[in-house]
Amino acid sequence: MAEIKVPVVRNILQANERLASENRRRFDEAGIFVINLMSSPGAGKTSLLEKTIETLAGRMGIAVIEGDLQSSRDAERIQKKGVQAVQINTEGGCHLDGNMIQIAMDSIDLSGVDLLIIENVGNLVCPAEFNLGEHEKITMLSVAEGDDKPVKYPLMFQICSVLLVNKIDLLPYTDCDVEKIRQTSRQLNPGGLVFEISCRTGEGFEPWLSWIENKVGEHRKNRSGAAPHADKS
Amino acid sequence: MHELSIAQSLLDIIVDESQRHRLGRVDKVRLRIGELAAVVPESLRFCFDLVSRDTVAGGAVIEIETVAVAARCDKCDLSFEVKERVFQCPQCGEPVFEMLGGRELEVVNIEGETGGEDG
Repeated sequence: MAEIKVPVVRNILQANERLASENRRRFDEAGIFVINLMSSPGAGKTSLLEKTIETLAGRMGIAVIEGDLQSSRDAERIQKKGVQAVQINTEGGCHLDGNMIQIAMDSIDLSGVDLLIIENVGNLVCPAEFNLGEHEKITMLSVAEGDDKPVKYPLMFQICSVLLVNKIDLLPYTDCDVEKIRQTSRQLNPGGLVFEISCRTGEGFEPWLSWIENKVGEHRKNRSGAAPHADKS
Repeated sequence: MHELSIAQSLLDIIVDESQRHRLGRVDKVRLRIGELAAVVPESLRFCFDLVSRDTVAGGAVIEIETVAVAARCDKCDLSFEVKERVFQCPQCGEPVFEMLGGRELEVVNIEGETGGEDG
């Protein structure tokens, strides 16, 4: 028996990172652009998906993975829009992880899918730490939540490629200062884009939709490049 | 509350390392956690106590070293500590895109006693 110190130096989340990179490989092989959509509960994630699907469904294949603690309400809402939607119930778990996505993917027919949107569990903290294999993280904040959120939940606003500021139709009824949101999120995340939108009125959707279309186009291109090789195997 | 799944992943690593190095008991675990990581140390300790009960790491002390947020300005080739979460070069004032640290969630080392079998 002896007291010893063992150097380890391992990332605590390495098991999840491994699953996430397996997912990523699968998405890339299929040429699918994948988004991880995160926000607090009630910011408007599912409404965003409904509105986005309404416009883009005719132009590309879309599938959705819905994460919630309980119920399949969100998946049902999305299925009504005529696209594949799989519900994951975390049964109390506060975030999705790479393993849950791997399981959900078995229920999705990936052929013909160009865009996969993963709607994370409503929560501004935990989902930020868990990669799912997505290409881009999207954070959504509704103006009713207040303009102090980037300062209070920095990681969520630091890691996103796009910040969607939703419910701008409510601005006259709140003290929210969108310029302050822009400024604090720019300080945290100078490379991030900010789009102001209203899922209720459809205002501001154009830049968001063209951002998606461009990304889908890039990933599709990669697939067509890889396709002949994949067919042979 | 994702600290629970982080604590479980941490325990998996400790059990794995203790078997590899034939530790019969783990007394101390040293972690590095970035300032920007969304982890509450007290919550992580609490969850780790729960999940490690009756394992090789039951009762182990968790030591946490906090890592400051650091970034690099590629124009000035300057590495600096990011203060107040503002990713801006202190020299040229330009926005900075390269993050060097601050999101760590790492096990650095574990201390324990060799010999004896787990459990």
